[in-house]
Amino acid sequence: MTYIAKPKISLPNLPKNELGLTTRDYEGAVSTLCAGCGHDSVTAALIQAVFELDIEPHMLAKMSGIGCSSKTPAYFVSEAHGFNSVHGRMPSVTTGANAANRDMTYIGVSGDGDSLSIGVGQFVHAIRRNLNMCYLIENNGVYGLTKGQFSASADIGTKPKKGLPNQQEPIDPASAALALGATYIARSFSGDKEQLIPLIKGAIMHSGFSLVDIISPCVTFNDHEGSTKSYAHTREFYRHVANIDYIHPTEEIRVSYDEGEALPIHLRGGDTIVLRKVDRDYDPTSRADAFKHLRDRFNAGEITTGLLYVNEDRAEMHELMHNIDTPLSRLPYEGLHPGNDELQKLQSRYR
Amino acid sequence: MASTNDVVIKIATVNGTGSASANGLLRKAIFRMGVPVVGKNYFPSNIQGLPTWYEIRVTGDGYSCRSDRVDIMVAMNAQTYAKDLADVEPGGCLIYDSTWPRSSLLNRDDITIIGIPLSKMCNEHFDGVRARILMKNIAYVGVIAALLDLDLDIIKGLLEETFAAKQHLIASNMEAIHLGYDHASKHFPCPLPTRVEKMDATKGHIVIDGNTAAGLGCMYAGATVGAWYPITPSTSLMDAFRTFCGRYRVDPETGKRTYCIIQAEDELAAIGMVLGASWMGARSFTPTSGPGISLMSEFIGFAYYAEIPTVIFDVQRTGPSTGMPTRTQQCDLLSCAYASHGDTKHVLVFPADPEECFYMSVQSFDLAERLQTPVMVLTDLDIGMNDWMVPELEWDDSYIPDRGKVYGAEDLEKMERFYRYLDVDGDGIPYRTLPGVHPKGAYFTRGSGHTKLGAYTENSADYKEVVDRLLVKWETARTMLPEAEIRHSKFNKAAILTMGSCDGACKEALDRLEKQKIGLNYCRVKGFPFTDAVREFIDQHEVVYVVEQNRDAQLRTLLINDIEADQRKLVPLLHYDGMPINAGFVVDGVLKEIAKGRAA
Repeated sequence: MTYIAKPKISLPNLPKNELGLTTRDYEGAVSTLCAGCGHDSVTAALIQAVFELDIEPHMLAKMSGIGCSSKTPAYFVSEAHGFNSVHGRMPSVTTGANAANRDMTYIGVSGDGDSLSIGVGQFVHAIRRNLNMCYLIENNGVYGLTKGQFSASADIGTKPKKGLPNQQEPIDPASAALALGATYIARSFSGDKEQLIPLIKGAIMHSGFSLVDIISPCVTFNDHEGSTKSYAHTREFYRHVANIDYIHPTEEIRVSYDEGEALPIHLRGGDTIVLRKVDRDYDPTSRADAFKHLRDRFNAGEITTGLLYVNEDRAEMHELMHNIDTPLSRLPYEGLHPGNDELQKLQSRYR
Repeated sequence: MASTNDVVIKIATVNGTGSASANGLLRKAIFRMGVPVVGKNYFPSNIQGLPTWYEIRVTGDGYSCRSDRVDIMVAMNAQTYAKDLADVEPGGCLIYDSTWPRSSLLNRDDITIIGIPLSKMCNEHFDGVRARILMKNIAYVGVIAALLDLDLDIIKGLLEETFAAKQHLIASNMEAIHLGYDHASKHFPCPLPTRVEKMDATKGHIVIDGNTAAGLGCMYAGATVGAWYPITPSTSLMDAFRTFCGRYRVDPETGKRTYCIIQAEDELAAIGMVLGASWMGARSFTPTSGPGISLMSEFIGFAYYAEIPTVIFDVQRTGPSTGMPTRTQQCDLLSCAYASHGDTKHVLVFPADPEECFYMSVQSFDLAERLQTPVMVLTDLDIGMNDWMVPELEWDDSYIPDRGKVYGAEDLEKMERFYRYLDVDGDGIPYRTLPGVHPKGAYFTRGSGHTKLGAYTENSADYKEVVDRLLVKWETARTMLPEAEIRHSKFNKAAILTMGSCDGACKEALDRLEKQKIGLNYCRVKGFPFTDAVREFIDQHEVVYVVEQNRDAQLRTLLINDIEADQRKLVPLLHYDGMPINAGFVVDGVLKEIAKGRAA
């Protein structure tokens, strides 16, 4: 985390969004991560995404746990509300916050250590509840702050800087989320802004749990030869299957897409994304196909990226619980208790 | 054994045989006769098949603790029969099901043995295995009604209320009552010399358990988010909240709810959820028990340091580790008071009974939001799950929740800039904002080192400034907690000091000691940190018997730690076998100390 505030320099020609804000208004403090860290690219993509989505900064909740990834909420949208919680427990705080106020936009930034080891239970259960949030995993296969231990996403055979290669089965957050019933699952690479920004925008606008697993190399502890989470390895083996365009509500769907290759998907919240298939056979609306494809390509040593799965039929947590539309935290007290007369009546069963 | 309205009935059954409704009927019938009752359930950590007991203490004097004797034993469980027989007070009586012959070894000359062919009678009169078992329970209520001279019309009235929607069950239940009643009246001298006579001592009272009362309190306090992981003995608190919300918090037209109850994946998550909700501005709470507090501890420390309110109910149960989950203790004082690593200490409140569970729940939400910190309500299984007679609950319709120091949109609009941890008023409590209210209200909530402005820091002076300010807040908390209950006479040099569910046993003990010309003063603390009155009370006495239900004298430790009480005068009287404390234990403990030369 940083205590160095970034100087606000407004360039006159910066484009403005509908709120009259520029990307500068969506920046945060200066990053204290290592130079070249993938996470900083993700931060930049996030800033671009929320800027383009015209999100009011104070209506954004930036949630995180502990680790390098979890520091990043300090580095974007300083006018948003941030909550840097304890290790692995960002999902529960987000669940409670969202339960109390469904009007906010929730972006959780986590890492492979935070989400797949200490916090794997909370990650799993946020998915089960179909919590309406955008959940980013900045996935680099190692623990950075404690100096380079393998995380649970480390591939079999991947080499550490020192010591023996990993022999344990990796947990792939995307396949796990698919198995658990997440309703929007994407994967991308911190070095592929063009693919990443629309995926994040779709994830934010999706109603329900959306996961974006982002390969985000650790330049200090996991960018060497023999590592499967290095920049070089990722660039060589990652493949797009289905990318998306986010269609701003004010835009028309202008581009005509070829049948079978592009497909507009209407999100429950009213927005639209257009799916652009790179692999014609890939069907991101089929859970079974997505799972098979992911496993097959993984076994072939490839990193499948893009929108891997989307399901707009399932209701998010509040709908499933029949909660009132007004945020619970905004309800006036008067309506929350039945008064003394009723208290006297209800006590008859205890007499 | 010849007395009126002073009798203890203990019913020994097998878990899962549906005896709870029969026992409740008996307890309510006595209550409706205007006679104070206490109902205690001693049950195993099991669903079906293990021994369970329900004890009804009829107490014309209105005492609230467990008794130390059994006058009438209803021995329905062959497995525990020998022990149940041995437990009966000389001169008392034992009722058993004489359908099956009893071994001649199982006899006692000093008590009256009443054999009633309960199974035989019910098998003849009712069809179906389940009905026969249930009616056998109702039939023993009939037997006791005859022996104690209970009012059958009241019993009938209760059945009519219970089965208003199932009329045919009223007749069959009354038939079972009469089977027992008539058989006992015909074959045994009824009523017994010990009997229940109508009084007028229950008017304006209810019989309720603490978890229900606390759940009701949460609803009246305006809590909207509750998260929990099921754990005995706290589960019924959330069940109660759910029931009350289902009744009063669902829009009849749209079916939409103004509450959100989340069954968490574990206590690690439950506490995270309520903190997230509180941070957003909802009143939130989580009920749990000791093991849950252990799991929640890291987040409790976070909330202390990041200054996020919430209410945590710890319905304490027995022991370290799994311990005895269905037995009671007050054993989490220290783990709650200092939950989490680093320098932390937390506000605790100690209700003594269900009435206080209701009012103190509401008060705890006010305290948590006023102090911007977690407040823990420490009850126990005895309060939470047993039936207590308490005054009817009243609600002050003019109550306005104290949401504490929260800047709203208008305040923020007028401000140059908002800083989260500034001690503006000098009471150690900063102002907070709620997310989404105003652009100027945004700040970064973190458990890492932060300055009074809310910024990240690793600077020693900035760090110290914030944690030192938290001590100022601690002293402010001391002035806001509920005042101790104190009974003071200047003639007494010695006193009893206690908390929570020890109250009933201690007060009854004071009466008994008084009869032996031993006068003791009394102080029941209701919160931690301790108020100045508690400090003064200890100073005024030569000997203070600290009565509590744990092995390690945790309340005594807190007194020494928090207000530097003179430990030489704090004499521990510790009850920790898992059963609720009774007056006899306190009396014996005090007498033993006096015999050793301690001042009375």
